[in-house]
Amino acid sequence: MSRIEGVLRTLREQGRKALIPYITAGDPHPDQTVGLMHTLVDAGADIIELGVPFSDPMADGPVIQQACERALRHGTSLRQVLAMVKTFREKDDATPIVLMGYLNPMEAMGQEKFADGAVDAGVDGILTVDLPPEEADEVAPLFTARNLDAIFLLAPTTTDDRIRAISEHSSGYVYYVSFKGVTGAGKIDVDEVAANVAHIHELTALPVAVGFGIRDAATAAAVGQVSDGVIVGSVLVDTIARNQADPDQLKRALSDLLHPMREALDSLPS
Amino acid sequence: MKLTEEMLKALPDARGHFGAYGGRFVSETLFDSLMTLEREYKRLRDDPEFQAEFDRDLAHYVGRPSPLYFAERLTRETGGAQIWLKREDLNHTGAHKVNNTIGQALLARFLGKKRVIAETGAGQHGVATATVCARLGLECHVFMGEEDIRRQSPNVYRMKLLGAEVHSVTSGTRTLKDAMNDAMRDWVANVDDTFYIIGTVAGPHPYPLLVRDFQSVIGRETRAQCLDRTGKLPDALVACVGGGSNAIGMFYPFLTDESVELYGVEAGGLGIDTGQHAAPLSAGRPGVLHGNRTYLMEDENGQIAGTHSVSAGLDYPGVGPEHSWLKDIGRAHYVSVTDDEALDGFRKLTRVEGIMPALETAHAVAYAIKLAASMDKDKVVVINISGRGDKDMQTVAEIDGIEV
Repeated sequence: MSRIEGVLRTLREQGRKALIPYITAGDPHPDQTVGLMHTLVDAGADIIELGVPFSDPMADGPVIQQACERALRHGTSLRQVLAMVKTFREKDDATPIVLMGYLNPMEAMGQEKFADGAVDAGVDGILTVDLPPEEADEVAPLFTARNLDAIFLLAPTTTDDRIRAISEHSSGYVYYVSFKGVTGAGKIDVDEVAANVAHIHELTALPVAVGFGIRDAATAAAVGQVSDGVIVGSVLVDTIARNQADPDQLKRALSDLLHPMREALDSLPS
Repeated sequence: MKLTEEMLKALPDARGHFGAYGGRFVSETLFDSLMTLEREYKRLRDDPEFQAEFDRDLAHYVGRPSPLYFAERLTRETGGAQIWLKREDLNHTGAHKVNNTIGQALLARFLGKKRVIAETGAGQHGVATATVCARLGLECHVFMGEEDIRRQSPNVYRMKLLGAEVHSVTSGTRTLKDAMNDAMRDWVANVDDTFYIIGTVAGPHPYPLLVRDFQSVIGRETRAQCLDRTGKLPDALVACVGGGSNAIGMFYPFLTDESVELYGVEAGGLGIDTGQHAAPLSAGRPGVLHGNRTYLMEDENGQIAGTHSVSAGLDYPGVGPEHSWLKDIGRAHYVSVTDDEALDGFRKLTRVEGIMPALETAHAVAYAIKLAASMDKDKVVVINISGRGDKDMQTVAEIDGIEV
């Protein structure tokens, strides 16, 4: 059983929902990332999605685009991101780490070398935004052989046939994108999300985590109620941008944001 | 590799691959739209009514066929092979881009989409899109890098006059690649009612297929005109390559004609060895960007590299996947010329033939002159004059230190 599966199974048995924060590695500075990851765990994170910065993040809105630009200004490379995870693992052997990013930096490293490096660093899952399962037939076996979970996106536009096919290629969880748009945009329609996630649950036994549009305790609770977990990204990254000058204040601000979400999720009737 | 009609018909394959290249590397939200577009296009491709409307628009709105012109004086001055010019610059809106926007706008109408988006570099594709949208009464949004807006201001104003909204893109390098990123972002958010008219043979499947099909009219006409005027096929075709739409349109109908040498000319910028260029086929390596696997300019960590070219339309770090395939199988030659050589080509064609090419096209002109000079007098070289140069007068004037 992978670390991700284990954590999600335990949560399910406890009747709790997963809180999955996203930050971009190297933002605001590579030296701060490991510390911020521990802060996220202390504030209640069950799984961390760690963004691998890319020069052309097509699926992201301005907030995460700028985070990528900040990280790349300091030369954050995929190699360094793996080193950050390895350092994180020195103090935390329990929290699953999912690398989230775009295909090109992974291909540039070499898929096999990347898969080896990810396992060696203690990474648990890989989510490649611009890699649909149709194009993953070369890389998927590399991940499977190393017990790395391949996490794919589902969207409001995904047809039933594709939901089934994508779920078959996935392990750990599936990531449901709550609305049509880029990260950080738009307002989430909780009723629509509830209906769509319920439908996805009919088609796959995998846990369904929902991202895009979750910005506070209220939206976290509303979405947590109808799914297995919530992914929180842009609002955290925006907080990093606004507090980048003061590392201690930044940690406090991230905690202050996540704590109420954790409490709201844990107050949901199980 | 000897290419046959059967081999070409099988490409791209069902997943949109040209050999190792192409494909559909997009976020999940767009997948269904791309599947729908592919399905509908494959249906309409064989629909006589759709094709007849496309041909009618090319004839009466664009002004096709465009002439194949014998550049007699340039040939004499060069002192080698005969140089012929395929005059895409004479199309309505002044470039080859309109062939494709006519086709895609018809698709948009057949699919019932009321809102159109496009990316543009030099502004030629943006103008061509705004033009067809004006004619069909479609809402038009064009994404253009802030840097390109500065250097192609006449085209920006043309788009606005045509009723398009021009969105200034301030992310990344503020050029064509970033405009394409923002167009993709808009499309994800508005996928239900929006048709994305991509201007080049890149992007996710089926775009490289349909742009190539719509642009292939260039090569089909050239083939017939050359046979008619010279009694034989050309010996060499020369076209500039940014994303590669005018080149693929020219090359495609000649791919099985082994005797016809194909030359795609990339932007060498300040010189390939300086790193300041936009020549992924000459100096890049395969990677994934904007929905397809293709040759790219990137650093050792897989970050897309900044590009440089005097011409905004070639200032792009990727290239259409079919070109990547043609490079690997050795069917086409990909070469580059520098900014300075392209400017010489621009001045030469302007002064010797009275035809002012776009700076993009000037790259093909510069290379073709060198090529023709090395060939016998009985050989025929055709240059695709993909666009006219009026839009570049400000750039050239700045280089000359003149205020216009």
